[in-house]
Amino acid sequence: MSTFQIDFGNTQSQIVGIDLGTTNSLIAVMEPTGPRILSGIVPSVVSVTPAGDVIVGAEAREMLITHPERSVYSVKRLMGRGAADVQEELKLFPFRLTDSTGSVLKLQLGDKVMTPPEVSARILRKLKMDAETELGTPITQAVITVPAYFNDAQRQATKDAGRIAGLDVLRLVNEPTAAALAYGLDKRKEGIVAVYDFGGGTFDISILRLHEGIFEVLATNGDTHLGGDDIDNLLLQIAFEDIQTEWGEDVSAKSDTVQLLRRAVIQAKEQLSFVPSAAIQFEYGGKRYQREISVDVFDRLIQPIVERTLAPCRACIADAGVNVEDINEVVMVGGSTRIPLVRAEVEKLFRARPHTELNPDEVVALGAAVQAGILSGDVQDQLLLDVTPLSLGIETMGGLVSKLIHRNSTIPASATEQFTTAVDGQKNVLIHVVQGERELVKDNRSLARFDLKDLPPMPAGLARIEVRFLIDANGILNVTAKDTRTGKEQSMDVKPSYGLSDQQVEAMILESFEKAQDDFKERQVREARVEADSILAAVKKARNDDAFRSLPTEVRAAIDWDVQVLLRVYNDSDYLLIREKIERLNQSTRALAENMMNTAVRGALKGTKI
Amino acid sequence: MQFYEALGLEPRLALDLEELKNHFYERSRQWHPDRFSRAGADEQQKSLEMTSMLNDAFRTLRDPVARAEYFLEQKGIVSSKHVPPELLEEVFEMNIALEELRAGDESARPHLTDARERFNHMRDEIDHGLSVLFGRYDEAQDASHLLAIRSVLDRRQYVANLIRDVEKELNVHVSN
Repeated sequence: MSTFQIDFGNTQSQIVGIDLGTTNSLIAVMEPTGPRILSGIVPSVVSVTPAGDVIVGAEAREMLITHPERSVYSVKRLMGRGAADVQEELKLFPFRLTDSTGSVLKLQLGDKVMTPPEVSARILRKLKMDAETELGTPITQAVITVPAYFNDAQRQATKDAGRIAGLDVLRLVNEPTAAALAYGLDKRKEGIVAVYDFGGGTFDISILRLHEGIFEVLATNGDTHLGGDDIDNLLLQIAFEDIQTEWGEDVSAKSDTVQLLRRAVIQAKEQLSFVPSAAIQFEYGGKRYQREISVDVFDRLIQPIVERTLAPCRACIADAGVNVEDINEVVMVGGSTRIPLVRAEVEKLFRARPHTELNPDEVVALGAAVQAGILSGDVQDQLLLDVTPLSLGIETMGGLVSKLIHRNSTIPASATEQFTTAVDGQKNVLIHVVQGERELVKDNRSLARFDLKDLPPMPAGLARIEVRFLIDANGILNVTAKDTRTGKEQSMDVKPSYGLSDQQVEAMILESFEKAQDDFKERQVREARVEADSILAAVKKARNDDAFRSLPTEVRAAIDWDVQVLLRVYNDSDYLLIREKIERLNQSTRALAENMMNTAVRGALKGTKI
Repeated sequence: MQFYEALGLEPRLALDLEELKNHFYERSRQWHPDRFSRAGADEQQKSLEMTSMLNDAFRTLRDPVARAEYFLEQKGIVSSKHVPPELLEEVFEMNIALEELRAGDESARPHLTDARERFNHMRDEIDHGLSVLFGRYDEAQDASHLLAIRSVLDRRQYVANLIRDVEKELNVHVSN
């Protein structure tokens, strides 16, 4: 017996995996054959054109040279941070802050003011659109990767960026863990694996145990402010000093020269991974600067930066409770691991030749797609057990920290703490939550202040408020409070120390709905241009055909005219206008098309014996 | 004994770590939030509660000392916080040596490194003794064994603090 199988298709939209990187970003999906990168790599650069349009990716990277003060790169280094944290870096960034008082940075780009999550949202939206064009279906759900050592505020900022971009962020995955997923899934590995992830702006080290499809992170460590950018800055300083001496000119103050020079040093740095010597070459205002740098000099220069990755590695090995000899493999992730000195130092520390056969730029996005597959149920038998990178604590008497959840605890992780009042009739209890390993509050990262409010008046010490701290699978803190005498939920106000409030995010989402309209238009324009390209190409080709030559003069003139008209509106942003002109050309070439069809049929018949 | 129940284990003090790990992995596969990303809010909440409990349970039970502390706490047996009398003299001498080293007297260092070695040895012996006591309690289920374990744990905590103090001081002055 045969039956008809009707495939309604997957009613759930596909979950994508996104690597939102410091330098470049990528988007990938899980397919039956494995994870696949969609569209191309998108440089993590956002610019505001003089006309006020926001552009993203390769185009924006060009703007970085022509209009540096309107462009942002490495915005990841600003996520979830306050003005005081980034003073040093801002000296090298071409853009300025509008004010440095609030809990979130505000960047002045042309006449637009954008927060880091909004800038990241632009990159995410670009990835989303590119992927939608390629897949032909809308994308609403995503897994986004973050450095393992990101704190709560940095994670929250990434999640906010997703929401602003119109994405439901189902999970934040740690980048080294994602890399391990892509790596382990492929090779069906068992045993203990270290992932050394040295990217554009962040460094992570994670040690995992792989066992029957379970990826258990044993420990993680890192530095969210250490990466290839820092190497670029060292080379930049050398070039600045050279040029100061040679030209008697300080080019570090001009943002356009800084960006040109940055591009030149990055080129030299990348070459040095493959050749023994490379030159920083730079021309400006008719003057030329060239500086040859040998690998020896380069190695000596970056040695302190590479050293800074080794201490977290040693701490991570100790925290994982393993010996170096127990580690079966070391996986290298991130562009900076192409540097031979980095590979040599890692090999020395782990006493094992690091794996470099994976594309260090793509493996994180591929792993994010695997995690997306786990969440959708497409990938069975694999499970990721990750940890929180930093201890969570609350402020106690004398500015000391009382730790509630220790670093490297498997997440989700929770802790409950009882609170009461100290004086009669006290109405509020304030709880200050911090993240970090130090004993004093001031040496840790402030997360938020929770105000348990509207307590009923009663004698001191009688109130019984149970507060539950829960770090979810994204590594983000959730806090709930309960009055244990009444069993009722205790109301509280939350003041995050860094980042956007919920209201701010809501407002940005609303605004992005309007932007979604623009996105829709932009896609329509793109599609109209693709269509115009194809008809223009067809007409051009037909000009050499007998069918064209046999057309009456006035018909040929009409075609020429309509081609010119279409070419003139081709770059217009009004897709309806482009479509209208395509239709015109369609009409005027109808006779041509018929002629060609007849010729083709005749040609076909000629070769056929009847 | 919530932690044992969560992992589907009998409440015993002596645990086979391999079995514990397998139970943890198996239950994690079942309850992890990854399995509920498209489920309703209630189910997601349940999964979150269950996995955070599983993680807590596994972290506590895999460490013999944390496990015993949890077990005794569940049985309502509290710590006495007394200084073990047999250690009084030793601690007294060690404190003098610590004072001397703090004052810059390097001649106190050998005494302290010796003390550290003795305490480390003491801790190892205590740990060995604990595992014997664990077995005895599991066999007999007698509360008097729990009291014995309590006093051993208190002694262990005390020794651990001494080791921490000595190490801290030895490290601080290492460059002097």
